[in-house]
Amino acid sequence: MDGDGRVLLEARGIGKSFGAVKANDDVSLTIRAGEVHALLGENGAGKSTLVKMIYGVLQPDAGEFLWEGKPATIRSPGAARGLGIGMVFQHFSVFEALTVAENIALALPAEPMRALSKRIEEVSRDYGLAIDPRRSVHTLSVGEKQRVEIIRCLLQDPRLLIMDEPTSVLTHQEAEILFGVLRKLAAEGCAILYISHRLEEVVALCSRATVLRQGKVVAACDPRQETAASMAALMVGEQVAGVEKPPAEAVGGPRLVLDHLTRPAPTEFATALKDISLSVAGGEIVGIAGVAGEGQGELMDAITGEARTAPGMVVIDGNPVGTRGPTARRRLGAAFVPEERNGHAAVGAMPLSENIILSHHAVAGLAQGGMLRLGRARDWSKRTRAEFDVRAAAGDPVAGSLSGGNLQKFVVGREILREPGVLVVSQPTWGVDPGAAAVIRRALIGLAARGSAVLVISQDLEEIFAICDRIAVIHRGHLSEPVPTAEMTAERVGLLMGGAHPELDEVDADAAAGEPVA
Amino acid sequence: MRLALVPRAQPSGWMALLTPVIAILAMMAAGAVFLAALGKDPAEGLYVYFIQPFDELWQFLMAPEGEGWYLFYTPSEVIVKAIPLALMGAGLAVCFRANVWNIGAAGQYTLGAICAGLVALAVPDAESHFWLVPYCLAGIAGGMLWAAIPAALRTRFNANEILVSLMLTYVATLLLDWLIRGPLRDPQGYGFPQSRDFSEGFVMPVLVETTRLHWGLVLAVAAALVLWVMMSRTMSGFRLRVTGASPRAAGFAGFSPAGAVWFTLLVSGGLAGLAGAVEVSANVRQLQPDIAAGYGFTAIIVAFLGRLNPLGALPGALVLAVSYIGGENAEIFLKLPKNATAVFQGMLLLFLLAADTLIRYRIALVRTA
Repeated sequence: MDGDGRVLLEARGIGKSFGAVKANDDVSLTIRAGEVHALLGENGAGKSTLVKMIYGVLQPDAGEFLWEGKPATIRSPGAARGLGIGMVFQHFSVFEALTVAENIALALPAEPMRALSKRIEEVSRDYGLAIDPRRSVHTLSVGEKQRVEIIRCLLQDPRLLIMDEPTSVLTHQEAEILFGVLRKLAAEGCAILYISHRLEEVVALCSRATVLRQGKVVAACDPRQETAASMAALMVGEQVAGVEKPPAEAVGGPRLVLDHLTRPAPTEFATALKDISLSVAGGEIVGIAGVAGEGQGELMDAITGEARTAPGMVVIDGNPVGTRGPTARRRLGAAFVPEERNGHAAVGAMPLSENIILSHHAVAGLAQGGMLRLGRARDWSKRTRAEFDVRAAAGDPVAGSLSGGNLQKFVVGREILREPGVLVVSQPTWGVDPGAAAVIRRALIGLAARGSAVLVISQDLEEIFAICDRIAVIHRGHLSEPVPTAEMTAERVGLLMGGAHPELDEVDADAAAGEPVA
Repeated sequence: MRLALVPRAQPSGWMALLTPVIAILAMMAAGAVFLAALGKDPAEGLYVYFIQPFDELWQFLMAPEGEGWYLFYTPSEVIVKAIPLALMGAGLAVCFRANVWNIGAAGQYTLGAICAGLVALAVPDAESHFWLVPYCLAGIAGGMLWAAIPAALRTRFNANEILVSLMLTYVATLLLDWLIRGPLRDPQGYGFPQSRDFSEGFVMPVLVETTRLHWGLVLAVAAALVLWVMMSRTMSGFRLRVTGASPRAAGFAGFSPAGAVWFTLLVSGGLAGLAGAVEVSANVRQLQPDIAAGYGFTAIIVAFLGRLNPLGALPGALVLAVSYIGGENAEIFLKLPKNATAVFQGMLLLFLLAADTLIRYRIALVRTA
């Protein structure tokens, strides 16, 4: 059975806006009993918003859902479960201190623990999801915790199971087991809505796919008739074109070098960095593309010094700095803009002048003899505001009072004004209006033209293609070989983002199987 | 339907400064109910607790110039009570600002008193007040030593500093108890668990004759001022403020989280130790089981009442001191149990934290299907 079962859920013209952003715009799709239906799209395409509405976490602004042909308003996750909709979240919610059975009991109507344990054992035997109901959850691997979530859903006899990027935390073998479970469920008539950007998986598993781009349904297809490459093109679209940046004129020597940078994942939801090598020369902008959560944050932490590595893995202007902290790296001329502006790049509760001190205390003479030089910090703040058109209340307002775009201009401008030799910036124009984005991009291009090495980590492909000289793609903690922008195509980026290097995945799975899973 | 806390878009700045007043008023209202439940006249009870301590202050201020100094005694007693509270409250304010939760000031206070006491008992015939310098330094060292334990366990093993510092309070109490029943017991003390009396050099001199107001006041004001300058004007204070406001931003700035834990625990522990040394020197003059270590817990309320600002700990300490004096009055005039004071102080902290929360969030009814 794939797709010819009766219609279970139909979405008609669903719309959802957050402020001015249309996260979902006139989305329609049909899910039939017994099919594995893929929901594809880049980050920000609206996948999560759509499934949150199906699962009752969010309410649509427009359109309606039909459940078995009858209009249905899904007010809450409880109501969704009542209809027979189950969901396994990407970051699942289990209580570490409780046992498997206790965790599952929390989601179900009261029943004797002994009877529940028996039912858990039955389900786990039926579906090949080996798990002992008496084990404490904190002793389980990530894959086993996901099994707890799946069994919790299965015990509620779901008719539609939503899986949000289920394989992102799994090893190769664990993923294979999961696929077996999903195929068996589908064969029994349960519909599965499978969210992923791993195209190879979708081709192997799914019988139908709906592709979202910028909140709209742009294609519906049968993955078995497609290739990973053709679906990548559907996902990314053809809009990536138009290089704004003139090619780097005189590329100097390497100023930022990552040499076989390797680092285990600090937590179970984090990504390990695997043998990343990259060299950024003075005068050029190198871009790292990739969907969210493929190791960008971990890479950024290793480059800033918030996470330490072996000394030679990160080299700034010839100095191995892998074991040194952010302050030492800044003293060598490096500057950083992390992705999250409020709470990481800036402290919302502190005035702008003190936020200048945050990243400049060791490099701009803002602290002398242990005393803060607040006057100088205010001057820096004024210059940043003037040169980058940061609009904020007069005086010295707290960073948290600025709009997202203005705070972004502030945290990027703050670093560029220092004229750093190496600038590493993550998501430089995330959530910024087009005018402000242009200001920031011009400033990055100008900085490179003056001889600095600039590394841009971004999920915005248009941006990467517009300003970068070379492009690499990060996937599951691996970095692809950087390719000159002129030789890069949308299809190739899409394939790399979807993880189309089978040879690497093999290595990956073997390595993961050999490691003890914490 | 259920109740939920919804963040307010723009928390009001002046409301944040007003919360201590709101909390004090709410405490009085709840206190009136509490007194009525105990079968006392609420109006009379509140009068004894919160107005009577100011009676003599009023009369003192109204008295003709140069006269009425004898009326200063009760007001000065409020300040005497406030001195150890202010010393500890200022240190805890710095600690809490950095998101480090030293709940064991009481234990650090006890260790300060023990270490200072060891110095005092080692020099039985000291006459010069210069002996107070090594005495106070020993007190600071004792408090730091006790606070270093949670700091080391937190930074080395990620052990929760709230639990470790709190538990060490009981260890400190038992250590004091053992010392004054064993090695330090006064041979002429008729078997009472207490040490010999300190010699004259180790007794904190008074500032105003006929009162017990002593030089600890100068230390408390100085500590609050120094910590206030440190927090607002120095790199060390900036480090702590960033660490407390956003650990990730502190990491981005290159500030070590372990550094903040050590620094704040040593500062607050040192000040708690100093408070113990000063209090014993000024008011107890020997080591004995009751050296008012409970001030260490009250100082937590002082720090919050002072808006986690070291200078704010001064007025905060005065408010709590009034509740102590009022509580003593209530014991005498209303025959209220001593623990009633702790109930009033506990309500104050509860209302303070509730008011702080309600400034940042509003309560909303959420419809659930």
